[in-house]
Amino acid sequence: MNGAGLAPSELEMRRAQRDRPVLLAEPGKLPVGPVGRRGLGLWGVGTLIATEAALFAYLLFAYYYTGAVSPRGWLLESHPTLKLALPNTIVLLVSSVFAWYGETGVLRRQRSRALIGFSIALVLGIVFVLVQGFEWYARPFRLSDSSYASLYYITTGFHIAHVIVGVLVLAAILLWTALDYFSPRRQLSVSAGVIYWHFVDLVWLLIFMTYYITPYLGFGR
Amino acid sequence: MRVADFRAPAVGPTTAEHESRLKRLWETSPGLEGFLGTVDHKQIGIRYIVTAFIFLALGGIEALVMRLQLAGPNLSLLTPEQYDQLFSTHGMTMIFLYASPILSGFSNYLWPLLLGSRDMAFPRLNALSYWIYLASGIFLYVGFLTGNGPNDGWFNYVPYADRDYNPGLNEDFYSLGMVFLGISTTIGAANFIVTAMRTRAPGMALNRMPVLIWGTLTASAANLVVVPAVSLAFFLLWLERQFGAHFFDPAGGGQPLLWQHLFWIFGHPWVYAIVLPAMGMVSHALPVFCRRPLVGYGIVALSTVATMVLGFGVWVHHMFATGLPGLGLSFFSGASIAIVFPSAVAVFAWLATLWLGRPVITTAFLYFSSMILMFVIGGVSGFMTASVPVDWQLTDTYFVVAHIHYVLIGINVFPVLGAVYFWFPKMTGRLMDERLGRWNFWLTFIGFNLAFLPMHLTGLLGMPRRVYTYQDGMGWDSLNMITTIGSFVLALGVLLFIVNVLKSLRGGALAGPNPWDAYSLEWSVSSPPPPYNFAVIPTVASRYPLWEGRLRESGAVSCVDQGMLLESHSKEAIGTSSMDATPDMILEMPEDSTAPFVLTLGTALLFVGLLLKLWSIVIIGTVVLAIATLFWLWPRRELREREVNP
Repeated sequence: MNGAGLAPSELEMRRAQRDRPVLLAEPGKLPVGPVGRRGLGLWGVGTLIATEAALFAYLLFAYYYTGAVSPRGWLLESHPTLKLALPNTIVLLVSSVFAWYGETGVLRRQRSRALIGFSIALVLGIVFVLVQGFEWYARPFRLSDSSYASLYYITTGFHIAHVIVGVLVLAAILLWTALDYFSPRRQLSVSAGVIYWHFVDLVWLLIFMTYYITPYLGFGR
Repeated sequence: MRVADFRAPAVGPTTAEHESRLKRLWETSPGLEGFLGTVDHKQIGIRYIVTAFIFLALGGIEALVMRLQLAGPNLSLLTPEQYDQLFSTHGMTMIFLYASPILSGFSNYLWPLLLGSRDMAFPRLNALSYWIYLASGIFLYVGFLTGNGPNDGWFNYVPYADRDYNPGLNEDFYSLGMVFLGISTTIGAANFIVTAMRTRAPGMALNRMPVLIWGTLTASAANLVVVPAVSLAFFLLWLERQFGAHFFDPAGGGQPLLWQHLFWIFGHPWVYAIVLPAMGMVSHALPVFCRRPLVGYGIVALSTVATMVLGFGVWVHHMFATGLPGLGLSFFSGASIAIVFPSAVAVFAWLATLWLGRPVITTAFLYFSSMILMFVIGGVSGFMTASVPVDWQLTDTYFVVAHIHYVLIGINVFPVLGAVYFWFPKMTGRLMDERLGRWNFWLTFIGFNLAFLPMHLTGLLGMPRRVYTYQDGMGWDSLNMITTIGSFVLALGVLLFIVNVLKSLRGGALAGPNPWDAYSLEWSVSSPPPPYNFAVIPTVASRYPLWEGRLRESGAVSCVDQGMLLESHSKEAIGTSSMDATPDMILEMPEDSTAPFVLTLGTALLFVGLLLKLWSIVIIGTVVLAIATLFWLWPRRELREREVNP
């Protein structure tokens, strides 16, 4: 059944191979487990970010598509107020800076710097969630009012959910740093969490642009 | 004990002592804990395959009941509502619970063996993707069994899916179940991508990667970015049904077409995701029986990727009849026609392999080679409906049903059955019965074509799909009867297949490591493989490591009897660079863990709570989920995720 007639004998195979060199990997010293940012964990976070980015892309697609095919007056607020949204955007961006600052603290073996960085990032993240909650409360429309209202609450809602997850991740990193788990060599969890946090911030910029800035440019009015 | 952060791995031949140490490290413990906690890709792969086959059987039974209802005009075996639920559940089962998971199952089982590795990149994530698949499948079927199955077709168009027209829980089961299942597909895809990019054996540069890997890798990359579209669509639908949101209903300013866009942005790349890995199986195994390498490896791999890339730009061909502007239709029509080219590349590569090879006829060979024929038939009918005016004539008729079945049975089920015949010896150590295999093959082949070839004509004669019965005198009676007879012959063939599996499991001839004299690395280890797969990590010098002796190639040869031993006091594997696969780190692999199972339980509770709107259950589920996740991600010394304090 193995096509015996066609297969060369063991001897023939050896003969054919004899004057060909054998490739054998004999690497020198390799890192054992994740060292620095090298490790599969970071690839894992990369795939997570890819799929989450796609999710937000579809949410924004739903907004632009619905807005583009709807009659005039689709926006419930033709000029959404930036009074809270703009400062809150800055809060989130600054928290990203502090998360990065904390990461460099781990990489430089300065634990107090790391703790300060992660604490401030965490507090700013919580501030963002609270302000967003108030922003929801202050809107003159509710989820069921129209397709615009539904899209607004769902898109920002998905984002708040991601910020809350990010805050929990920052809290875990803060705790683990306080327990002195990390060193410049063993810190992949820190880098992975901080990259996720940057991603959550970046997504907010796109949502902010879409829901708060494009109306001023005339989209959906 | 302080362990070095850097180490040059010991290289050498394997010894009995070495293998018994590895076995101790890698073996799953017996009993319930091992059952719930195993992260062995081989066990998970077989679970995937068995579960998917159970769903195939369920979906098949649903189809047979429908075929009895349609055997003649004006029959009343089923009520219209029962028929609606049956065809919707049949579609959901076959497309979401069989076609994709079965391929994930084979890939799970085969990848580390083909790649010369000891497990997937993320073994616990692998277990999680199986458990979530199982739980979401049960969730969806609880809906069906309680009379709440989906009843609006597998692509579930609004407004029929909205609450005004569909007040029961049917669509809520389907919506939440699909979001649930999407988690499994996505994490599975992420795992495949990282596994292929980071854990190939040393020397297995991208252009030496087995062609099977290309199929699943490409499909996984697509899944990663398109599954969120359908998960989002179903989630929005659930919100619209239950919380008065407006996304799709025009009354509140929603857009019905948004559903179709979101669904097909996912749906069309997805059909490639459930055929490309199966095409990969054929490209991989057909050459074994032709006794020669695949003709055109490079362009087959490239056309796999090209199919996927083009596949992102064809979704509107499902929406030709919705009144979109002509310019848009032309673009999508053109893209849908252009996708024929990369598909044809694969067909001609297989034909050339057959032509230039000396085929050995086995049941597996018959399945793989007959797939080419059905691929061409399904491809041509797809090509026809890619043309806008032809599609306007044929859309929503049985022609489309015939097309999708040629594609999904022809390009998914047939290669999968062939793959079972081909890899069963590797998985179980025993060959399947060839005589029963021939009966099994010819019954499925004849039954399938008898059922679905005349169905093209049924569609051309204008019979609409998804009607529970039809009047006599329309010219559809005998065609439907033929289809019903064919479907039962097909079912008989599948039954024989199951009989053959069960029979061969106990009494099949012993296979030995390489019963087909095949070329890839999985055949260099015993059948079934040991828990650690490879006692020494092989070094790969060509695409056909076990055929190097007879292929007239120059250059170095692969090494399978010596290599890195990777045996300290923990499970270890080798990480290699993405392009040329040079070793760049030693991977610490996780032990068995019940965290994935607990996480799945939490997620299942969450979804049940959402379905019933019992917020206390939602909260309990979320807490369980969060605790399991925290436990999972907690940095561990043994995985070198945290500093070992002196």
